[in-house]
Amino acid sequence: MNQDLQKERAGASFIPELLTNVLDGSPENTRRRREIENLILKDPDFQHENLNFLSRSQRYEVAVKKSATMVEKMRKFGIADPDEIMWFKKLHMVNFVEPVGLNYSMFIPTLLNQGTTAQQEKWLHSSKGLEIIGTYAQTEMGHGTHLRGLETTATYDPETQEFILNSPTVTSIKWWPGGLGKTSNHAIVLAQLITQGKCYGLHAFIVPIRELGTHKPLPGITVGDIGPKFGYDEMDNGYLKMDNYRIPRENMLMKHVKPDGTYVKPLSNKLTYGTMVFIRSFLVGESARCLSKACTIAIRYSAVRHQSEIKPGEPEPQILDYQTQQYKLFPLLATAYAFQFVGAYMKETYHRINEDIGHGDLSELPELHALTAGLKAFTSWTANAGIEACRMACGGHGYSHCSGLPNIYVNFTPTCTFEGENTVMMLQTARFLMKSYDQVHSGKLVCGMVSYLNDLPSQRIQPQQVAVWPTAVDINSPDSLTEAYKLRAARLVEIAAKNLQTEVIRRKSKEVAWNLASIDLVRASEAHCHYVAVKLFTEKVLQIPEKSIQAVLRRLCLLYSLYGISQNAGDFLQGSIMTESQITQVNERIKELLTAIRPDAVALVDAFDFQDVTLGSVLGRYDGNVYENMFEWAKKSPLNKTEVHESYKHLKSLHSKL
Amino acid sequence: MVGSPVHRVSAEDAWSRSMHPDIESERHSQSFNVEELTNILDGGAQNTALRRKVESIIHSEPELSLKNNYFMTQNERYEAAIKKKFHILMLAQRLGWSEGSRELQYASRTVSGDLGFAIHHIFQKTIQTLGSEEQIAKWDPLCSKFQILGTYAQTEMGHGTYLQGLETEATYDAATQEFVVHSPTMTAIKWWPGDLGRSATHALVQAQLICSGARHGMHAFIVPIRSLDDHSPLPGITTGDIGPKMDFDHTDNGFLKLDHVRIPRENMLNRFAQVLPDGTYVKLGVPKSNYLSMVAVRVDMLLGEVLPLLQKACTIAVRYAVVRRQSRLRPSDPEAKVLDYQTQQQKLFPPLAMAYAFHFVANNLLEFFRHSYSSILDGDFALLPELHALSAGLKAMLSDFCTQAVEQCRRACGGHGYSKLSGLPSLLTRVTASCTYEGENTVLYLQTARFLIKSYLNTQKSPGSASKGSLPQSVTYLTAPEVARCPARTAADFLHPKLYTTAWAHVAVRLIKDSVHHLQTLRQAGADEHDAWNQTTVIHVQAAKAHLYYVTVKIFTEALEKLESQPAIQQVLKRLCDLYALHGILTNSGDFLHDGFLSGAQTDMARKAYLDLLPLIRKDAILLTDAFDFTDQCLNSALGCYDGHAYERLFQWAQKSPTNTEGNPAYEKYIRPLLQGRRARL
Repeated sequence: MNQDLQKERAGASFIPELLTNVLDGSPENTRRRREIENLILKDPDFQHENLNFLSRSQRYEVAVKKSATMVEKMRKFGIADPDEIMWFKKLHMVNFVEPVGLNYSMFIPTLLNQGTTAQQEKWLHSSKGLEIIGTYAQTEMGHGTHLRGLETTATYDPETQEFILNSPTVTSIKWWPGGLGKTSNHAIVLAQLITQGKCYGLHAFIVPIRELGTHKPLPGITVGDIGPKFGYDEMDNGYLKMDNYRIPRENMLMKHVKPDGTYVKPLSNKLTYGTMVFIRSFLVGESARCLSKACTIAIRYSAVRHQSEIKPGEPEPQILDYQTQQYKLFPLLATAYAFQFVGAYMKETYHRINEDIGHGDLSELPELHALTAGLKAFTSWTANAGIEACRMACGGHGYSHCSGLPNIYVNFTPTCTFEGENTVMMLQTARFLMKSYDQVHSGKLVCGMVSYLNDLPSQRIQPQQVAVWPTAVDINSPDSLTEAYKLRAARLVEIAAKNLQTEVIRRKSKEVAWNLASIDLVRASEAHCHYVAVKLFTEKVLQIPEKSIQAVLRRLCLLYSLYGISQNAGDFLQGSIMTESQITQVNERIKELLTAIRPDAVALVDAFDFQDVTLGSVLGRYDGNVYENMFEWAKKSPLNKTEVHESYKHLKSLHSKL
Repeated sequence: MVGSPVHRVSAEDAWSRSMHPDIESERHSQSFNVEELTNILDGGAQNTALRRKVESIIHSEPELSLKNNYFMTQNERYEAAIKKKFHILMLAQRLGWSEGSRELQYASRTVSGDLGFAIHHIFQKTIQTLGSEEQIAKWDPLCSKFQILGTYAQTEMGHGTYLQGLETEATYDAATQEFVVHSPTMTAIKWWPGDLGRSATHALVQAQLICSGARHGMHAFIVPIRSLDDHSPLPGITTGDIGPKMDFDHTDNGFLKLDHVRIPRENMLNRFAQVLPDGTYVKLGVPKSNYLSMVAVRVDMLLGEVLPLLQKACTIAVRYAVVRRQSRLRPSDPEAKVLDYQTQQQKLFPPLAMAYAFHFVANNLLEFFRHSYSSILDGDFALLPELHALSAGLKAMLSDFCTQAVEQCRRACGGHGYSKLSGLPSLLTRVTASCTYEGENTVLYLQTARFLIKSYLNTQKSPGSASKGSLPQSVTYLTAPEVARCPARTAADFLHPKLYTTAWAHVAVRLIKDSVHHLQTLRQAGADEHDAWNQTTVIHVQAAKAHLYYVTVKIFTEALEKLESQPAIQQVLKRLCDLYALHGILTNSGDFLHDGFLSGAQTDMARKAYLDLLPLIRKDAILLTDAFDFTDQCLNSALGCYDGHAYERLFQWAQKSPTNTEGNPAYEKYIRPLLQGRRARL
């Protein structure tokens, strides 16, 4: 063990294990998680070469192999709980990319939701047993978020009772679906249904794309890999072009279509919200995990790395002792904790509401749906920038793949665009905020996270006295800071609502007005989400019984709240929520907190409890033996296999010709 | 409609002969002459012509194509970069392009710097500045003829920015008149130098000189590391490649471990210090020019490396945003161009404004460098502190901002921005490296801050004697009369360059004073000088950033004043300048509201002025990116080509990916057994 880390761990004010239990939800959860981890880490079937040294095609191969192994092992180990599946998968592949993943996450669920009993009988068994491997092809090259814009057509031919599938334009080629390029032999394709000369909108069709036995594309199908990407090297995201490709009538998923061809809407659109809420709450958790990993690497390395001098003549200090380094990393550490609790809250809420739905109560779904959209965007944007900041805080070595940080970044960053592009997500939340604002304006109270809109001065019959709402903020009280964030959100929601109204009056068109107010609307959503994060963190801290843990989390919670105020000081000043001298105090208090958190920094990242294999980082090793291992790592690089590289021939010819 | 200039067209595919209507309509009405703007960016029509000539020569050489870069492994990229360098050297010989000529600079820009031996030139330059006449006479011709290949080995595994911390030792042995160069620890292994991993035959090693029992600090030594016969490492040398990185696959960054390697006494570069045969150490002066070469690298990298990456990202993202249609603005309309969404403009126009702002900033810095360089050569070092502070700070600021802006452009392209074929991931991984190389940015901001604090204290020392003239030019505003309140009364007032320049000056001055105040308070409370500094660095960085923003706004506004004879261009650039200044004010509004300089109402006015600029810039957005005049081959982006045929190209390029052309070994090995094994069991 590196001496610096040993000292750091000895000096911590709390026992990391207790905090780990808080993060996992209970000591029992921690135990079970580790049990599953050990199943994988001790299993020789899951060992693999360092992915960084493999070509893209090799990485894909490793992923396919592990994907296949995983299916069997999960069955063998009896892992079925969604959370446990997540732990299991995340561990056995550092990057959590599985080419056959969409078979389970999209193909089968869609079959269950939209297939008739007969269709399920026909396909479900073989897809569950991987007799066929399916994927889900929705996004097209020219069309993403706006579903109605999809161009792929499925035209019914009554003579043969078949659908004729076509990709009529370049922009209609299916693009991006995971597992489509090389792995799958079936796809659920979303296409515009045309029958008797009329278009009936989007429907889902089961389309065989490769021949069983040879895996060759079927006639009329053009399928392949979309080429190299920023990350996700292991995944064969694919394209699919169909030319007059015929499938039997039974391949259209028809649970919601009556035999006479009329379309029955599913019971409630709201029900599909449930799945989306689940996925988005998972992504919020993913933001927290990835940022936590990046913090673990950067903070451990900062405790090991010595550089320059604070005082002449003294030995080079740990870079974690520099105020600027603390200022880069500790607010991110606090953010990682905040997002861990936001993610946990969303998961709990999802489960609770799921029970309500079971009892037929759908009342809370719209708010939750709106909130999760914004929180997915808010946390993924913040984590995206945070991971990159952690990487840069590691200086030059952060740029090497041995740090593990480039991988974390490139595999995390698509979270900002998939499952709903972030700006679009923010605008969904804004729509809900505007609706709530209007509701209050028309005299009805709103509840839940937006209930602060009831208290807006402009909404009251008796205007509140100005002195009542500002300046009372106590910067040492998390509750009081939560109030400050609430006021900021209320103010920005109101500004957005008023600007929207002005534009509506001026432009006559609601849609044009919406576009011209959208920057304000996104701002309002961000402020709302920030408030929610501060509120949830604050509430969580109060629930911690163990004093030493509560104390250290309280410091992080304060830092998270104060740092956000400092970064957005304009909003707090302009809204007269805080005074200039309070902002000055906030900045001073942040520096005090950096010093207070410093002795616990390493223990705080230890509490995330990532195993070295999961971190995939030489810089972030638990034992801190960074430099020896960096040297060993580099020596393993394929470029060093021979002492004289084959390209020496070019060098040799160089001086003979010049 | 102005026909598509021949130099922009990708010769190889069919689409470029026709324009996508969505991009064609953007070029229909031109509010300014794009060619003239290109000439301004090139520094004259002659330069534009010369650049295009070089580009057409480069593009006619298939060996210099970038086409397959996205499909290559690290090994292949390295080999290709060496081949390209070799090819360009032959071209240069044939066409008479001399070293350091404009032609070679343009050639390097055209291939996006995808060339080997970049550090070989630094090796050669360092010998020229630190070597004696005899040493230069011996080594320089060998370098020029590539009879040896050099690298510059300074950074060690455990030591970067802080030079005194380097551990490599060079101990003089008077008995044999040799230096023994040695890496005493793991952390002393040289790490990161480019061209070291596989190419270099010689390394310029920075090491602690030890002679006659005393340590004399860092000196430079020429150490042969690989055999000139068969390229194998020489005895005592352990060297290799440091492994995969985020980018710079074409460069063989390497490691070097020295085990008591002996080199002759003559291999220490001895223009400024010597070791006599008996081991006596003689100092011959201070190598300020050494210092100057570091400054030169920072100045050069902004124009040569960092800025084009942002300009390319803007070109790709803006072009794609007029071709991409998504959702509807009105229910009855067809899907709208994504550039018509306000949120998309908010994402792309600040980067575009920066791409122009930083063009003028980087050129201004280059001019200042040349000017100071000539006076330094005349022995006048008066400008050195300011030059150093300015180049360090601007390097930090531009690399930071460009990195964030490129990432913003990438994400603004949605899913397709994640594909390497868009070109954007590579632009990002390339530009982000500039935040840590040639000086870590936080360290550089703090160097600027030190200069600011010193300058401010000078203005306080003796009010009478500190005449304005003696204050370095970039900080004269420290003594300008205070404006305590912003005079703006309408949103339109925020479109006056003087108003927003003053606003930035005000904030910078306040934060610098704040910095000094914090420092002095701690000192008076008894803190030791160095602790006090460390405990106030967060505010110092903030002050330096505000100062640098002020400097960039000022340079941009001054550049605009010189464009009076071209009013149409002046107008369109002024919008970008306004946007640049206001974007900064709004993202830092707390700093402006803090002491009441801006009122809440004024901040709202500034926001309105900012929002009103977006649709105005929208009209010219495509033309503004056309003016950067990148050829399609140089952009190397399926999304960003001049003709707007993004989708056709994306499809065609994807089909060429090795994952589609080289079969699928995973099928035979794993997928088939998976499918069949299951079936057998079921």
